[in-house]
Amino acid sequence: MAEERVIGIDLGTTNSLVAFMYNERPIVIPGEDGLNLVPSVVALDVQTDPTARPTVVVGNGAHKSLMFFPDRAVYSVKRLMGRGAEDVQDELKLFPFRLADNIQSGEVLRIRLGEMEFTPSEISAYILRQLKRNAERYFGGTVTKAVITVPAYFNDAQRQATKDAGRMAGLDVLRLVNEPTAAALAYGLDREKEGIIAVYDLGGGTFDISILKLQDGIFEVIATNGDTHLGGDDIDNLLIALAIDDIRGDLGVDVRSSAEAIQAIRKAVIEAKIELSSANSSRLEVELPQGHHYRREITRVQFEALIKPVLERTIGPVRQALRDSGLTSEQISEVVLVGGSTRIPAVRHVVDDLFQLAARGKKPHTELNPDEVVALGAAVQANILAGGSKATEDMLLLDVTPLSLGIEALGGVVAKIIDRNSTIPASSTEHFTTGVDGQTNVAIHVLQGERELAKDCRSLARFDLKGIPPMSAGLPRIEVTFLIDANGILHVSAREQRSGKQAEVEVKPTYGLTDEQVETMILESFDYAEEDFHVRQVIEARNEADTILAAVEKAPQHPAWQQLSAEERTEIARLDRELLGIKQGDNLPAIRQAIEALDKATRRFAELMMDQAVSSAIQGETMESASTKLGQGPTAPHEIAPAEFK
Amino acid sequence: MPTAEEKFVDVACWSCAAPVVHAQLFCASCGKVQPAHSGADYFEVFGLSRKLAIDTASLEREFYRLSRRLHPDVYTRASEQEQDWSLRNASLLNDAYRTLKEPIARTEYFLRLEGVEIQGEGKQASDRKSPSRVPDDLLEEVFELNMQLEEMRMTRKTGDDDPDLRQDLLTAKQQFEAQLAETDNFIQQLWQEWDETFASNFDFGDQIKQRMAAALDRRRYIRNLVRDVNETLDT
Repeated sequence: MAEERVIGIDLGTTNSLVAFMYNERPIVIPGEDGLNLVPSVVALDVQTDPTARPTVVVGNGAHKSLMFFPDRAVYSVKRLMGRGAEDVQDELKLFPFRLADNIQSGEVLRIRLGEMEFTPSEISAYILRQLKRNAERYFGGTVTKAVITVPAYFNDAQRQATKDAGRMAGLDVLRLVNEPTAAALAYGLDREKEGIIAVYDLGGGTFDISILKLQDGIFEVIATNGDTHLGGDDIDNLLIALAIDDIRGDLGVDVRSSAEAIQAIRKAVIEAKIELSSANSSRLEVELPQGHHYRREITRVQFEALIKPVLERTIGPVRQALRDSGLTSEQISEVVLVGGSTRIPAVRHVVDDLFQLAARGKKPHTELNPDEVVALGAAVQANILAGGSKATEDMLLLDVTPLSLGIEALGGVVAKIIDRNSTIPASSTEHFTTGVDGQTNVAIHVLQGERELAKDCRSLARFDLKGIPPMSAGLPRIEVTFLIDANGILHVSAREQRSGKQAEVEVKPTYGLTDEQVETMILESFDYAEEDFHVRQVIEARNEADTILAAVEKAPQHPAWQQLSAEERTEIARLDRELLGIKQGDNLPAIRQAIEALDKATRRFAELMMDQAVSSAIQGETMESASTKLGQGPTAPHEIAPAEFK
Repeated sequence: MPTAEEKFVDVACWSCAAPVVHAQLFCASCGKVQPAHSGADYFEVFGLSRKLAIDTASLEREFYRLSRRLHPDVYTRASEQEQDWSLRNASLLNDAYRTLKEPIARTEYFLRLEGVEIQGEGKQASDRKSPSRVPDDLLEEVFELNMQLEEMRMTRKTGDDDPDLRQDLLTAKQQFEAQLAETDNFIQQLWQEWDETFASNFDFGDQIKQRMAAALDRRRYIRNLVRDVNETLDT
C-alpha cells in the first residue's frame, strides 16, 4: 500500500490519457467529466478585462475555443516538439499553427496563443498538468512521478522536449517508453505468449512499426521504424483540401484564410471519417460564415481512393523494419494494432497484405481499445518501475534506439558510432585529438539519421570540448563517451587521457532548451496559472475532504471497524473533527495535511475492509468493465469508499 | 590500462564487502550493482574465455539473465550512484551482447582486442568508397564486374534497361554471394583452429589471427561488390 504512485501517460497528438495499475490491472483514470480521453488541445481563456491575466484551458474545455476563437487555441502540438522553424514549413501549410515572428534559425519554436507565446514543450506541459491533476483527484493525493510514452521513431530532440514538458508540469519523468512497446506490454500482461510480434501504430500524427521478441517475460525490441509525421491528421487534411476545393467550385467562396471556416470543416470531416469506418457513405455538412452552406456525400470507395497514398507511406517503414530484424513477414506470429487510425478498414487491409494474416488464418489483435492501449502499457511500465507487482514481476522491457548516431567527420561525411536498433542503454567510446599546437578546444558535431552526409542527417548538438591541456598537435588523447540512456536520450562525457583531466563538455542542442530555460519555464507557467490553479486545488481538496469524511461517517457500520483498537478509533474521530473545521478555510496545505492525516489514520481500516470486500468484487472482472465503471461517476473513487466497488 | 595481475584482483562489494570477481557487474552475494569499470572486455562480461565459437542460444539466455539484474528499470528507486552504475553496466552488457551475437562483429572485436589492426566494418562512411586491396584470385572477375556495372549505370542514366546485361550482373552477383558464404565458412574454420589451440601455442595463434584479418578483408571486399550490384540494379 505504501508503494510509490507512478502514473503512465500517453501524450498523444490528438488525445492524451493517464493510466494507473490498480489491483494488478492497468486502468485509465477518467477526468472530472468522466471521460478517459483528454483532447490534446490547449486554449487561452477569453478575457473581458484586459488587465487580467488569461488562464489556460486544456482538453474538452479548450475544444470550444478551437471553434470560436481559433487564434487562442492550439492542437496537434506534438508535431512541433523538438523541431526548428526550418523543419516545420510543411506543417505550417497544413496546420493553423501561428509561430512567433522573430524566431532565429536554430532556436526553439514559439507558438502564439492570443497575445502570448509558448514553446511546444510548455503547451505539452499544460496537457500533462491536466492529466496529473486528474490522477491526483483520483488518488486524493499528490502525484510526482510518471512514465510518458513517445513515438518509437522520435529523435533525441523530440524526446528531450517531451521530458522537458514533464519537468515543467512538475513531474519526475522516470522513463520515456516507446508507444508501440507500451502497447505490447499492455497485451503481454494477459498472455503467456512467446514469439515474434509486430506492433503497427498509426495514431493522430505519427506512425510506428516495432518488431518484438517475447520470451519469459522479456520484451526485446528487435527493430523499429516509422514516420513522425504521418497519421490521422494527414487523412483529415486530405478531406479538408477536398472540401475547400468543392466550396470554391460550387459556392465560389475561398475559405482558406478563414480560421473559423477551416475549423468547422475540420470538425465535419473528422466526423465523416469516423462514420466511414462503419458505414459505406457519409454526409459532410458545414455551416460557413456569411450564411453559406456546404454539403456533400462521400462514399467509402471515394474515401479509400483519397487516402491510399497516406496509407502506402506506412509500407516502406514496415518493410525496412522487417529487413532490419532479419525476418520475413511469415515469421511474425502476431500483429497488434494501435492508434485510432487503425479503425479504418482500409488500414486493416494494408496490414493484412503486409503480413499475409488472412492467408495464414490469422487476425490482427484489436481486443484492447486502440485509443487506450498505449496508456495502459505506460501504466504497466510505471508499475514495473515502482517496484513491480505480481502481474509484472517477470516483465522486462529491452528497447532500441530508432536512429543511428553519428559524428561529423572530415568532408561532411557521417561516421556512425551507434547503429539504429541497438538495445538501449548503448554506448560508444571515440578518441579525438588536436590539429594545432596548444589547441585547447575541440568541437564535435553529433547527428542522428541514416544518411551518409551530415547535411542530410538531423543535427542533434554541437559539443565543445574545453579545457584540454595545451600540448603539441596530435598529442592529446581525448576519450569521448556517447551514451544513449534507456529513454533514448544522449549523454556525452569526455576525458583527456594523458592528463586524466575530465574535459568540460559544453552542449549546444540544435533545437533544444537549456536547463536554465526549462527552469524559467517552470516558473513562468506557474505564474500564469497560479491563481487559477490555487482556487481549483482548494475546491478539489474540499471535494476530496468531503469524500473521505463521508466514508468515515459510514465506517462504524462496517465489520472491519470492530477490528480497530479503541485508540485508533479515537484518533480517527479527532482527525475527522479537525478536517471538518479546516476544510472551510482556503489554506490549501492545511487542508491537504488534514486529509493526509485522516487518510493515514484510516489506512489500516481501509486495508482490513479491502481484504474483505474488494477482493471478491473486483476479481474476475474484465479491465474494460472496471474502467467503464470508474469512468461513470464524476467522483473519484477513494480507497476507503466501499460503495464505489460494489 | 591495468596490468594483467591488477585486472584479476578481486575487489570487495561496496555494499556487503563480499569479494567480487573481476568483470562481475553485480555482487553475487548481495545482488547490488557494482561500480562501472572500463577494464572489462565483452567476453569477460559474459564470463566467457576468449574463444570464438559461441553458442548464441545460451548467450541470449545469459543476456536475459544479466539484463534482469542490471537494467536501469530495476534501479529507479535506488541511489543516484547505483542508477549511474546500472546505466553504465547495462550499456556495457548491451554493447557486449550486440557484438558477440554477430559472427563478424565478434571476430572483428576479438582481433582488435588481440591488437590486430583491421578496418572497421563500414563504421566510417568514407570506408565505403575506399576500396581495400582486391584479393588476387578475384582480380579478373572484379575487373569484368566493374566494367559491366559502369555500362549498366550509363544505360540506366538514359532511362533504358539492358535485360542481357542485367542477367549477367545477376549471375555475377550470385557467384560473389557464393564466395561470401565460402568466406564465412572459412572464418568459422579459423575460429575452430583458434579455440582448439587457445592459450597453448602462442606463435601459431598469431598466425591464425592474421589469417582471420585477411579473411575479413576479403569478406568486406566481396560484400561491397554485392552491394554495388544491388544498388546499380536498384533491387
